[in-house]
This record gives sequence, C-alpha cells and structure tokens, in this order.
Amino acid sequence: MPKRSDINSVLVIGSGPIVIGQACEFDYSGTQACRVLREEGVRVILVNSNPATIMTDPDFADATYVEPITPEVIETIIAKEKPDAILPTLGGQTALNAAMALHERGVLEKYDVELIGAKVDAIKKGEDRQIFKELVIEAGATVAKSVICSTMDEALDAVIELNYPVMVQPSFTMGGLGSGFAYDESDLRRIVGFGLQSSPVGQVLLSESILGWKEYELEVMRDRNDNCVVVCSIENVDPVGVHTGDSITVAPALTLTDREYQNLRDISFDIIRAVGVDTGGCNIQFAVNPENGRVVVIEMNPRVSRSSALASKATGFPIAKLAAKLALGYTLDEIPNDITKVTPASFEPTLDYIVVKVPRFAFEKFPAANSTLTTTMKSVGEAMAIGRNYTQALQKALRSLERRGSSFHWDGPHGDKQQLLEAIKTPTDGRIVLVQQALRAGATAEEVFEATKIDPWFIDQMLIINEVADEIASAKELNIELIEQAKEHGFSDIQIASLRGLSESEVRAYRHSNNLRPVYKTVDTCAGEFPALTPYHYSTYEQETEVAPSSKQKVVILGSGPNRIGQGVEFDYSCVHASFALADAGYETVMINCNPETVSTDYDTSDRLYFEPLTLEDVLEVIHAEQQSGEVVGVVVQLGGQTALGLAKGIEAAGIPILGTTPEAIDLAEERGLFSKILDEGGLLAPANGTAITLAEAEEVANRIGYPVLVRPSYVLGGRGMEIVYDLHSLRDYFDRIADQGIVGPSHPLLVDRFLDDAIEIDIDALYDGETLFVGGVMEHIEEAGIHSGDSSCTLPPVTMSQVQIDRVREATLKIAQGIGVRGLLNVQFALAADVLYVLEANPRASRTVPFVSKALGITLAKAASLVMVGKSIKELIANGDLPERDGTYIPAGSPIAVKEAVLPFKRFATKDGRFVDSLLGPEMRSTGEVMGMDVDFPKAFAKSQAAAGSALPVGGTVFVSVADRDKPQVVLPVRRLQQLGYRVLATSGTADILARHGIEVAKVRKHTDEAGGEGPSIVDLITAGEVDVVVNTPSGSSARKDGYEIRAATTAADKAIFTTIAQLSAAIGSFETVIAGPFAVKSLQQHAIDRQVALAN
Amino acid sequence: MNKALLVLEDGRVFTGKPYGKIGKTLGEAVFATGMTGYQETITDPSYAGQIVVQTAPHIGNTGVNSRDEESSKVWVAGYVVRDASRMVSNFRAENDLQSELEKYEVVGIRGVDTRALTRHLRSAGSMRAGIYSGSDAERDLADLIAEVNSSVKMKGLSLSNVVSTPETYLSAATAEKIGRVAILDLGIKKATIEHMNSRGLETVILPAQSTAEEILAVTPDAVFYSNGPGDPEAAAGQVAALREILDRKIPFFGICFGNQLLGRALGFETYKLQFGHRGINQPVLDRNTGKVEVTAHNHGFAVKVDGGPEVDSPNGYGRVLVSHISLNDDCVEGLQCQDIPAFSVQYHPEAAAGPHDSSYLFDRLVDMIKTQKVGK
Repeated sequence: MPKRSDINSVLVIGSGPIVIGQACEFDYSGTQACRVLREEGVRVILVNSNPATIMTDPDFADATYVEPITPEVIETIIAKEKPDAILPTLGGQTALNAAMALHERGVLEKYDVELIGAKVDAIKKGEDRQIFKELVIEAGATVAKSVICSTMDEALDAVIELNYPVMVQPSFTMGGLGSGFAYDESDLRRIVGFGLQSSPVGQVLLSESILGWKEYELEVMRDRNDNCVVVCSIENVDPVGVHTGDSITVAPALTLTDREYQNLRDISFDIIRAVGVDTGGCNIQFAVNPENGRVVVIEMNPRVSRSSALASKATGFPIAKLAAKLALGYTLDEIPNDITKVTPASFEPTLDYIVVKVPRFAFEKFPAANSTLTTTMKSVGEAMAIGRNYTQALQKALRSLERRGSSFHWDGPHGDKQQLLEAIKTPTDGRIVLVQQALRAGATAEEVFEATKIDPWFIDQMLIINEVADEIASAKELNIELIEQAKEHGFSDIQIASLRGLSESEVRAYRHSNNLRPVYKTVDTCAGEFPALTPYHYSTYEQETEVAPSSKQKVVILGSGPNRIGQGVEFDYSCVHASFALADAGYETVMINCNPETVSTDYDTSDRLYFEPLTLEDVLEVIHAEQQSGEVVGVVVQLGGQTALGLAKGIEAAGIPILGTTPEAIDLAEERGLFSKILDEGGLLAPANGTAITLAEAEEVANRIGYPVLVRPSYVLGGRGMEIVYDLHSLRDYFDRIADQGIVGPSHPLLVDRFLDDAIEIDIDALYDGETLFVGGVMEHIEEAGIHSGDSSCTLPPVTMSQVQIDRVREATLKIAQGIGVRGLLNVQFALAADVLYVLEANPRASRTVPFVSKALGITLAKAASLVMVGKSIKELIANGDLPERDGTYIPAGSPIAVKEAVLPFKRFATKDGRFVDSLLGPEMRSTGEVMGMDVDFPKAFAKSQAAAGSALPVGGTVFVSVADRDKPQVVLPVRRLQQLGYRVLATSGTADILARHGIEVAKVRKHTDEAGGEGPSIVDLITAGEVDVVVNTPSGSSARKDGYEIRAATTAADKAIFTTIAQLSAAIGSFETVIAGPFAVKSLQQHAIDRQVALAN
Repeated sequence: MNKALLVLEDGRVFTGKPYGKIGKTLGEAVFATGMTGYQETITDPSYAGQIVVQTAPHIGNTGVNSRDEESSKVWVAGYVVRDASRMVSNFRAENDLQSELEKYEVVGIRGVDTRALTRHLRSAGSMRAGIYSGSDAERDLADLIAEVNSSVKMKGLSLSNVVSTPETYLSAATAEKIGRVAILDLGIKKATIEHMNSRGLETVILPAQSTAEEILAVTPDAVFYSNGPGDPEAAAGQVAALREILDRKIPFFGICFGNQLLGRALGFETYKLQFGHRGINQPVLDRNTGKVEVTAHNHGFAVKVDGGPEVDSPNGYGRVLVSHISLNDDCVEGLQCQDIPAFSVQYHPEAAAGPHDSSYLFDRLVDMIKTQKVGK
C-alpha cells in the first residue's frame, strides 16, 4: 500500500516546554517526523512553544509556529494554514491532549482535518482507564483488580475490597503525574484528592497492589495493513512501584523465557488492535508476578513515548520516523531498514549487546522534596549505555550520569549490612549503589532480593562486579589480565586506580603500554546478520573493531550528557547545529554523547555516532580509535555545556587539539583573580566581591562590601548553592546548610559578591573570531537581578534599554572576548544599576539562550560558531550569508518582541508530608524548560509566553495580593490597573490597608496561620477551592515566611498564575489587557524572517 | 587448562572458556540470532550436526525446564555463547543450562567475541568447526585445523535417521477430533505436534525411513513432513514417498525440511545458503494476503524456483505458487500447490522459540482436511 495521495499538508503538534516526564525525546521524535514528512513532499506546519528544540528550526518545517500549544491558538493556525491532517502522536501527552481538545471543540470537523497516526476513538480507548480495562480483558489478558473513582467517597468504598496498599492513577496525565501508592487512609485522601484534580476528566483508578512484581515494556508498531512488530522489549531493574522513567531499565528483557516473552508479544498485538491504533508506535507496560508468572497489563500509550525514543536508540530502529511514514499510508514492508538498506523495516530488531538506561535526578535542587521514588516520575534526565554484557553496560551507564557517587565504589571500609539492607527497602536516587554496598558488606543475594524485589539475576550481576573488584584489590600486583577482566565488566580506569591506590593516568598508561584498548562494535538492528551501513558505535573490550577507515578530515563533537536542570536540550541544539554546519563544510563529524533522548544521538545526525559516557577515558579512547582510522582535526568542547567543557584540559593534555577557545582561556573566565584582571584592563566594573573558604572569611568579605551579598560556590552550573544573603544571621545559616555538601573548599572557594538591588540583568550571546565581534542577541531579564538567568523570563530585544546602553553592553562584551581570547561563543551576564554597567560573569561557551536567540532573530549562532572554531572568520561567514550583515544589537523599527519564559517543576515535588515544595525563584536554577512568546509588542509576547508556559492569564476573576513591606509601594499601580480591568482584588490585612488608602476597593481575607483572630475561610482555603485566579505574593521576613509558603504551595497545586516579584507583575499588566482584548494572532518563523529581511532592507 | 578454542575450517581461531562438557566436538558452525528461546534452540533436532553460535550475549539466565524442550534431548553438536549465566532466575526453571549441556555431553565454549565470529560466518559462509576444551585445547593448532578440515560436510549429509523416532507412536488430539495426520519425523518438534493435537488432529508419528505404504497404512487424512537437519538432496527416499502421496492427492503439509522435500518432489532444486536463516525476527511476505509475518527460521538450505510467483511443477503436479518469500533476501519461504492439496513453509509456524504470527497455517491444514472430507 503506497503513500496516501490525499495528504499534502500535515500539522505536527510538538510537546512544548521540557518538563519532567516529557523531555527532549519529543524533540527527537518530532524532528524525525518533520524530516520524513518533508522528504515525502508533504508541506509541514509545526506548532511548538519550545524555542530550544531542533524541530522548531525553520529548516525543519514549511511553517513553524513557536506559539502556545492551546486549542485556541492551534485553531487559528488551522484556519490560516488549512492542513489536510494533524499528526498528534509525536508530541507526547501534550499533543495528544491538544488533539482531543480540538476534537471536542469541533475544530477538526469544522475545518475538515483528519487525525493521522491515532484516531480520536483509539486515543480515548488507550487513555481512558475504564475503557482500557474492559478492552484488555476482552483481549484475553488480565489487569490488576481495580475500580474507577470520580469522588473521594467512591475511593474510600473501593479500598474496602482492594485493601491497602492501593495504587492510584489519575486518567489522562503524563509521566504518572499524581499517581502513587496509598498505604493508609490519610495517604489515600491526599493522593486521590490531588489525582482527581490533576486528571482533566476528574477520574482516578484505584488498583490492587502489584508492588514488587517484575515490570516490562514492549514497543510495538502497526501499519495500516495490520502488520505488527515488536521493536524492543525493555525490562525494569527496579520492580513495580517505581515509575519506568525513574527506573534503571535494560534492553532487551533478560529474565524471560521465550514462552513468557511471546505471551507478552501476543497480548501487545491484541491490545494495539483492540485499541485501534491503526498506524504508528505504541508502548505497552506489563507487570509479571515473579512467583507464578501471572501477567497484568499496566497501561498503554497510543503514541511515541520516552520509552520509544530509548527503544529507537537501543535498537537502531527509528520508531518516530517510521510512525510518520506509516501515518502517510506506507506499510512496514515498503520501508527499507535504514541501517542495512537492503532489508525491510517489517522485522523485529535483534540485539547482540545490552543497553542500560539510568535516570538522573535533581533532588539537590529541592531539598524539601521527598526523594523516595514512586509511580510519579521525578527524574529530569537519563543516560544510556551500550555494552556487550549487562555489567559493562550498567557500569558505563552509571558513570555517564557524571555525578559523584553514581558509580559503584569500594572506598573505605564497607558499611553496616543491616543498615544498608534497611536503606535499600526504599527506592531512592542512587539505590543501586547502596545495593552494591550492601552486597559488599556481606548481604546475600536472597537478603537483597527480600529488601528490593530486584530480580536475583540482576543482583548476581552486581555480585560479579564486587568479586572482580575484590580480585583487583587483593592481587599481589596489578596485571593486564586483571584489567582486561575488569574492562569486560565495565570498570573505568578511575575505579581500577582507586582499588589499587593508583592514579587514573597510571592505570591508563599501563593499559596503553600493554595495548589494551576498547574495540568499537556497531548497532545494526540484526546482530550481525547483515552488513550495517550506519556507523553507530559503542565500545567494548573484545577482539574485533568495526571502525571504518576514512579519508575525510574529522571533527569530534562532545555532547552534553544526560539532561539535568541547567543543562538540557539547549546544548544538544548547539551540538546538532555544529554537526550539520561542519558536515556542510566538508568535515566528517563524529558525535559522542550518552543521552538517548536527544537529536544528537540519532544516527542520522552526524557522520559517525559513538554512544559513550562523556568521561575523559571514554572520550580519549574514541578519539584514539578515530585517529587510527583517519585524521582528527580537533574536538569541539564549547557546545556541550559544562560536561564537554570539563573535559577540555584532559583532552588537550593528551595532545589532541581543542577547536575554538583554548582551555587556558576558559580558565581565565572561571578563575576569579584572572577574570578581574581582564575587567580591569578593559575598564569594566564588577560588583564588589571577594572569596571565602570559611565562615569567618565570608563574614569579613560581606562586612567589607556590604549586605546584601550574593554567595555562590565556584565551578558549578545552574547556580547550585547560590543564594542572596541579606544579613549576618542568614550568612551563618547558609554556612550551616552547605557544611556537609562539600561544595566549598580550598580548590573551589565560595564567591561573595555585592548584590545589586533593583538592577536590570542582561544576558548577551556573542561570537568572536579574534577580530570581529558578532552579537547574537541582547536579552533583558524581566525579573530583577538575583533570580537565576535560567529561571527568569527575558525579552529580546530589550524593552527598557536604550540603544546607548545596548552599545555599551556590546563594547564591554568585545573587551571581555578580547581579554579571554574567545574563538567561538561567549555568553556574558551584566547588571545595569543606576545606569552603571556591572559584569556579573562570562562563559566562553554555548549558553542556554543560543537557541532562543536563533529563533527570535533568525541568527544561527551555533552553526556560525562551529565554523569559527575550524578557522572561518566572521567576515567570511557574513560574506557567505551564514550570518546577517548586522548583528543582534541592531534592532530595526517594528521588530517583534520575543519573550522567553521558564517552566518550573514544583508540581512534581512533594515534601514528606505530601505538600508541594516552595515555588519561590532564587539564584539557584530550578526550571526544566522554557517557552517563547513572540508578537508585535511586549504585552502580547509576554501574554503568549505565559499561556505557553501553562499559566495563561485569566481574562477575569479574582486577584489575591500579599506582598512584603518593601514591595508595598510598587504594588499599588499594577493592582489599581487590574481592578480597572475588572478583576476583583483580595488581600491580607497589611497589604489591603495600603491598597485601600490608595483608593483601591479590596476585600480582606485572613492569613492561613492566623487561626486565632480570623473568621471564615483563609486565603489558602480559597485558593484550594479554586476561588482565586491570580496570586501575587512576594517573600518577606521569616515571620511571614510560612504563610507565603502555604499560599504558593496551594497556588501550585491549584494550577493558577502566580507572581512572586513585582517586576513580573508590572511587566504583565499590559498582557492582562491583551488577553482581555481577544485571542492571539499567530505568525510563523518563516514569515518573521521575511518581515525581518524587509525591515533590514529599509 | 581453563581454556577452550573454537577452530574454523578456514584456520580462524577464537579463544574462550570451556562451557558444558569438557572435550571436543565437530560440526557446522552456524549463528542463531534469537534473543529468547535458547532451550528450544538446543533441543531442536534441526540443529543436529551443527555448532550453534548464539548472538544474544547472555545465555542461560532462565535455566531450563521440561515444558520448553522441543524434543527429548539436546541436539546441537556444539554451543558457542558470549556470557553464560552462572545462576538461574525463573519460576519455572528446573535445572541450569551448564548442567543440561553436561548431561547431554555437549561441548561448548563461552567468552567468545560472538559478534566477530558471526560477522565472519556471514561473509565467509557457514563452515565446519571444532570446539576444543580440556586437554584437547592444548593440542597443536595445525592438528586441530586439519581435524576440522577432515570432518564431514553438511552438504550431502543425511541426518534424518539420527534424529527420527525409532518407533511409530500416536499422539492423541486434545480437542474434538477432526482427523488424523501421519507425521514423517525428520526431526519433529514438540510444539508442532501440540499445535495439531490442540486443533483436533490426531497424529501418528512415523520414523524417517517409513515408506509410502507404511505412511498410508495409518490411513491418514493428511500427511505431514517435519523440519529436520541435513541436506534435502540426500533425502531421495522421503522424496519418492512424498511423490506417491501427492499422486494420490492426499492433503500434504510440510515445514522447513518438509518444505524442501515438497520442493524436490515437485521437481525443483534445492541449494545451500551462504550462512542460512536462523533467528526469530525474520520478515516473510504471505503473497495470498499481502501481509507480513515475523517468523522463526532455522534453515541452511532452500528451494530454488526460477520465475514465478506461479510456475508449473517440473514433475507434473500442476501450478505451484511461491506463496511466501523472505523479505530480507527473497528466498522461497513457502510453496502452495494450486492443483493438488499440498502446501509447505520453509519457516516455523510452530514457533518454539519465536513469534506466533504464523500459527494460522495449522488452521489451513485443518481446513484442507475438512475440505477434502467434504469432497469425498
């Protein structure tokens, strides 16, 4: 069945901002889909609010709408673009929900657009728990005993039969949001209460406990001819009870017999047929009772998912790409297997290696959050590793996490067995290492199984690792056979060195002198049965290597590793762009990365892909292998965030050229003393500052420069440990809190800066080639200085800065670029206070905002940077049309405004007593993703950014105001305007009095902690009851702190708009006017580009 | 002494550690790509005379159990794995694989770069090999290579007698009886018999050397030729018997070796494939429906049909449709006689191990028998 001829244009819905449970795997799938559709001659219309994605590059679609993914906006796009069909299965739950909303509003019918990939009916069947349950039973499979509940009373009734613990899952939510196990009635009330609220249909499913069962996932594809294949089986090492996104998982499944596996396969096909997913991929999750093999179907996703991205990377079978082709009407046997080219895609990949995925968490960012892993996903990223056996893949995956303590270790005496056995009963971040430590402390496999229910096979594998470690530690002398054996089980040079009291380089030198190096095998979908034409490699220690020789000059690009807060898809964007640009320039590109969610780890992106940990050892070995097969010109380290940058020195020390800014120059920017000198020479100011290792030193510095001070540990990313300290008391408190974190010490002192109150913060991304400075864009933060740049919203171009000020920023940036010796990208943060420009920090690398600048201004900064790194001059790039003639400091009249807004994950993190963590912003970054709103003026752009971030401004309703004393004067004007616009104003007594004195009609509401004096519902009660639509709350002194926290937590739970700074509120006033005035207008990036050409020409 | 060698006839040697019985073994080295079902693989009589290389790295994790064995013993001549599990984790496990291999005296080798070996066999073709462990591994290498080169070749080899049942026996239908099938056991698998029995077919399993008269003596409603090892060219007796059955228009179904013998009976040639098909992920197109099945394969030989999809039987059995083809290499995967009631497939619809996509073929057999009965 060839391609359908009636589909000429398709609207692809993206997944929006990166949030926990929905990360850049959907950029990978969406990018693949867009590519495929265009290759097939289909006009692609794309909507995605996330500017950091590769899919929103104007090159990937015919019309790219970086607009809020709301039904209203999509309808406007449909009315304008008139697509023949909508493909909603590649943008995660966001896209699926948007498609359902369009259907319910009658939009699909009105404009006669067809859903392809999944029909409304199939989406309903897959996602509605009751319908799905019936359908599973019809298909002859079983589900856990369960009851659907729409009220708390129904839930309380249901539990009488199901017994505690009981599993609670809300309908139609993603990443397991709101689900969890209730062990008693108070748990039940809490989890069900939240679940009913977070489910768009107000339903939760209560099920019998299957805790401790083995958990499996099958990735299935079906075409319109009813051909079905299983792409990959995935086994969770952590048994049922931990969300699959938070589990260590392995592919293929390793503890199933063929009979059991084929049973899961049969059930999967029955379900995909019954649900009616007519074309595309879906994911089905199973629980298997280890005692008797009873199989229970947990759930299915009628769309591509995080697991399908993992499965694609694990097998070399590109599910999203295939899903897009199948949606156009092709059948699997008509599509060639990309890797072999000669065999068709209508087969099931078979692996001759093992893939392990490990999650990466960010609990350190949310100290109050309960770090127990549950069925609600909490991880922010993941790393994947490939090895020829499980131990090798597991150890590679653990070191790919790039976190101290994430790898197995044998340091010091072993811990207390009983304590460790107790600790591993609770699944937590890093439990696997505790399991290894428990085994090291003498726990038996049976004891560990009893405590964890991890399959004994996996426990035995850890025993093997411990035995190998013992052998190395106890050998009279280290010999090469021992090292070879250790390498077989994935040990790093560092681990071996630590077992022998040697240095990493000593082990490496000894290993190299014995010619013991890894070989590189190929991911080929077929276990070697057919030749693979795609160089997608992984390392192992075996006989034969498969790296092909090449005559082209090669450039190695280091990726950014697992996503974490502060280092996410933005860096992958830059790496991918570099790869494209360097390939166009005639180089052979070699990508090294270990993040399965990304576009950079798509085997289509670079000429060669190495799926390897980003550690010095692994990277040096890849480079060595590539040097054996041809000429390596150098390594690109400045695009992969701190991960890649951190490897620069070691790579250079090994005699391999670093492209662009040198490691010495990078140091100039990081090292405070050296950097001060550069500023002095350039006549630039930094806020008064000093460094400290002890509290006494910090007190001394703070006294000298004056409070408030901004404290931050050096060499950290994402503002880890960064805080504003207002007085001595708080400074002492800060030292108490960081005391045992080891983030401050002689080699990495605490930086103490004068904090500039009421300053505007400015971010600039620029490119420097040693001669010319090219500014990508100047961004003005909406929040005042003190909020981490990753968490604050910003505008491009700036909305309050004069051209003179912008020119000063440009001039200062040039001086810094010259002083450091930048060759490539440079990001500088400035503060502008009382018209004095201060330099806050400079980073000679790609920043988080590079993709935002590219989308907002159409300047492909990362591409240009990679060309500068290989020796092209900016003048050449301009002459060649790779860069526009005038840089981002030139803003022609009538330019649109782009607003970037951060998206925060507070709703994912509950404290131990089940409430949400505080949603206050500060100098430590906590956002997971971002959105862009772009429109003709700031109010419209800002309103769009809020809608895109999921906290659309309400067109009417009640505004609650409670602000700190210092903010009271500033809050009057914006609140007055809100009242004029028709919003009802509610305030706590202090704020209410001030507002009333300014003639604002305001209703008083009692504080939550004010039990004695108040009557009627407290503000928290009102927010919880949904009677407040907008909350304005700025933090104040410690006395009112608890109240503020209660208010913000309730607002987070109720999903209402919240402003925690007056700057945000003031900026938003025009936007309230905008939303009242009517729906948003939309414009594609391609149209923006045309308009910009015209503006520049005038 | 803790060393084992895998020696190929072209002189390439892979080093590993002993697995299973210590000693030596000779056979044809072939690779199998299934990720599950090692127990079904080693107990599949079709692997008789072959040293099987498992491409899946971890083997033995779920142990062995009596339910999953495909015949009453382990048939592989030798076994090559990368990582042999030292422990067993499965609620149905009754024994571990290492002990099972020892029990059936199978010499194996573990710790081999199985991917390098597979790639070699893929490009150089399946070839004779030997596994040596214990004192045999200490012998002079030239001597070992010479020994491998003097061993028997699969081409031209008949192994049916080795694997077949010595006595005729009956396996009763487990559903309401529809008819009786005479099975010529050329290496029959348990799953095939179970598929027939569960569809109401009583089966009479006959030794490989049974003549047409002996087969017809059990008054079958259909005759079935099973899978099995060896070169179909060396099965002239079974082909002759099959021609008599076809002449009488008795419904016939064949699997794997049975497909090759039907091909030969119809007058087509068979040939040896470069490295064969051995895996459970193989796409096969059913030309009757246009649908693709993911199927289990284990064959080193194939039927050669020029032209098509429909050609005339050179032996005068009318029109023959190449009903199934491999989408990987266009190899003939099924034959369907259009003028007599006979069909066969090269792959394994009984699928143990493997996907169940093709079990409908047993329903076709039932339908054929029913149609034939109505006709009478």
